Amino acid sequence: MATAAITAEREHYLNKDYGIRSWLLTTDHKRIALLYLMSITFFFFIGGFFALLIRLELLTPAGDLVQADTYNKLFTMHGQVMIFFFLIPSIPAVLGNFLVPMMIGAKDLAFPRINLLSWYLYIIAGILMLHCIVTGGVDTGWTFYTPFSTAFSNTKVIEAGLSIFIAGFSSILTGLNFVVTIHRMRAPGMTWSRLPLFIWAHYATSIIQLLGTPVLAVTLVLVVCERAFHLGIFDPVRGGDPLLFQHLFWFYSHPAVYIMILPSMGVVTEIIPCFSRKRIFGYHAVALSSIAIAVFGFLVWAHHMFVAGISLYSALIFSILSYMVAIPSAIKVFNWTATMYKGSITFSTPMLYAFGFIGLFTMGGLTGLFLSALGIDVHVTDTYFVVAHFHYIMVGGAVMGYLGGMHFWWPKISGRMYPEWLGKFAALIVFLGFNLTFFPQFVLGYLGMPRRYWQYPPEFQVLNVLSTAGSTILAVGYVLPMVYFLWSMRYGKIADENPWGAAGLEWKTASPPPTFNFEEPPEVTWEAYNYDQIAAPVEVSLER
Amino acid sequence: MWLFLGTEIMFFGGMFCAYLIYRINYFNEFAAGSRSLNLKWGTINTIVLICSSLTVALGVRAAQMGRRKLLVVLLILTIIFGLAFLGIKGIEWYDKYQEHHIPGASFNAADLVRDYPQIHIDQSHEQIYFSLYFAMTGLHALHMIIGVGLFSYLTFYAWKGRYTPAYYTPIEIGGLYWHFVDIVWIYLFPLLYLIDRKPLG
Repeated sequence: MATAAITAEREHYLNKDYGIRSWLLTTDHKRIALLYLMSITFFFFIGGFFALLIRLELLTPAGDLVQADTYNKLFTMHGQVMIFFFLIPSIPAVLGNFLVPMMIGAKDLAFPRINLLSWYLYIIAGILMLHCIVTGGVDTGWTFYTPFSTAFSNTKVIEAGLSIFIAGFSSILTGLNFVVTIHRMRAPGMTWSRLPLFIWAHYATSIIQLLGTPVLAVTLVLVVCERAFHLGIFDPVRGGDPLLFQHLFWFYSHPAVYIMILPSMGVVTEIIPCFSRKRIFGYHAVALSSIAIAVFGFLVWAHHMFVAGISLYSALIFSILSYMVAIPSAIKVFNWTATMYKGSITFSTPMLYAFGFIGLFTMGGLTGLFLSALGIDVHVTDTYFVVAHFHYIMVGGAVMGYLGGMHFWWPKISGRMYPEWLGKFAALIVFLGFNLTFFPQFVLGYLGMPRRYWQYPPEFQVLNVLSTAGSTILAVGYVLPMVYFLWSMRYGKIADENPWGAAGLEWKTASPPPTFNFEEPPEVTWEAYNYDQIAAPVEVSLER
Repeated sequence: MWLFLGTEIMFFGGMFCAYLIYRINYFNEFAAGSRSLNLKWGTINTIVLICSSLTVALGVRAAQMGRRKLLVVLLILTIIFGLAFLGIKGIEWYDKYQEHHIPGASFNAADLVRDYPQIHIDQSHEQIYFSLYFAMTGLHALHMIIGVGLFSYLTFYAWKGRYTPAYYTPIEIGGLYWHFVDIVWIYLFPLLYLIDRKPLG
């Protein structure tokens, strides 16, 4: 890495040894995090490419850019790549891998070799997925609904299913590693109520990964077996029940949303106290709300199936349970805003992303309540309203948090500062582009434009053009950080060990950290977020 | 490892859930399918697996006591039991193949319809029973194969004397895995073989 030449006097994890073997066979959690960073960025841009093609097709009412079949493949591959190869590993596998051991004062994760194994599984799954994309793709939608996926689709369902099965293994192993690490590897004095809330969020996420992913795995195994060996489990012609597939699928795939959003909430919970110079408001409430979201998350899956033919009474119960998810989510939002209240706020790049997160997550969450209301759900099911809703959560929420976290911890990861004004500019672009892309889709959906069609009636064109315009702006906002992060690795200002004046063990070691994280094992004698005891940095290095 | 086993429970749980729903919906077909399975082989296999769990438990004890030769013998016995189980399972599957009870184009349950005139049997629903039978026992057999591989590895290093009373964690963890796979079978056996064996009438 380029930083090595200048900071050669001190050995750290980036310059300890060189060569491809020292990276591909590393068991250092920080290097594995960087391997993940490179691979998920790659898949992010592949998924983004599909998204842009989708938006280009929808620029005009007629289906003129691609064929209907191709369009089906485009949105399927967009969903599968983005969800299974970007969003699910994004924060846990990159920031989580990098920070979980450092935040609790450990040398590494509990099982460093399993950590490396999970990256290799991810790569195997990724290669399988790429092969699947290149040789024809899948057209089932990311949801693999039966019986289309098992009996009718003539695309590469088996390959995609196996690829996601393997990616699931990688996700399970990461979760397992985190749970054991958080239980067993905490530094002396790092009690459960002194853990950073980022750790609590990852703990909740890991539990979902452990308990949810295997259900998806077995469901996909059944789909693959049904295609390959003609079992009849989901085939209505033979008395099988397609609804059973939906139940099993959503039993994982609804909690999967919380795999994406909880780590992001963890990131925001770190950023906000730091740039408000205040202790987090209601530590225990925020910590427990993460666990509550994980628990409730397992009890609401059937709200994806209100119109699929489940009984009215079960729909009622799932509707009420879905409303209950709003409680822990609202606790978090209120606690973040209460933390900022009377704080001394700095409008730095990570903080801008945190603001964006709160706003967009609130909108995404509130429209979620629309969808869990049975009556409205019937009206907007399978329309762009749903598309807009989950993009507000998964892109507006999860990706905003991911980018915020990348900016917040970039000085720690690379030892360099990124250009602050460009960072702010990009954050603004992302926010504007995002809203321009997805807000019109709420309106479109409410007016009745169905999702997953490659053409639409001409009266919807204005809103679709707005959305497509927004997506190009959003794309610029996503490319910019990648460019200036790469730039900063060579030319960025050198960061000291704690450029933000932040609390947390990861800021008490050098940037970039030494291979075993701490020169001597830390001992914790203070409470989390003790911003009343930490001086704000004199120049927050915001003036470049 | 306990966490991993929790994951495994969820993995099999999905299938048990499917089993439950279809058993309630298509009870006749499930009962008839269950009768057509070979109770003798199923019981022998259950006994084989219980014996293998005993040898695993004794093996862990032997590792704790540091008795290397005994440990190796017990591990090899476990592997033999495991292979015996798989062999018997293979015989049963082959029988199903001859009876045309493997789901797919050649599936034919006319023999069951003939044998149980007292109850109404829908052939396509019968196929679901056998789909689940093969999916569940197949997945279980895959776990057994992994277990045999794992124990071969453990046997090799036990023979080389890697495990001592101070360090026998791999034996214990391998044992946990083996017991888990064993317990899955303890559930599968009654659910698949013993649904309704009383004489029809």
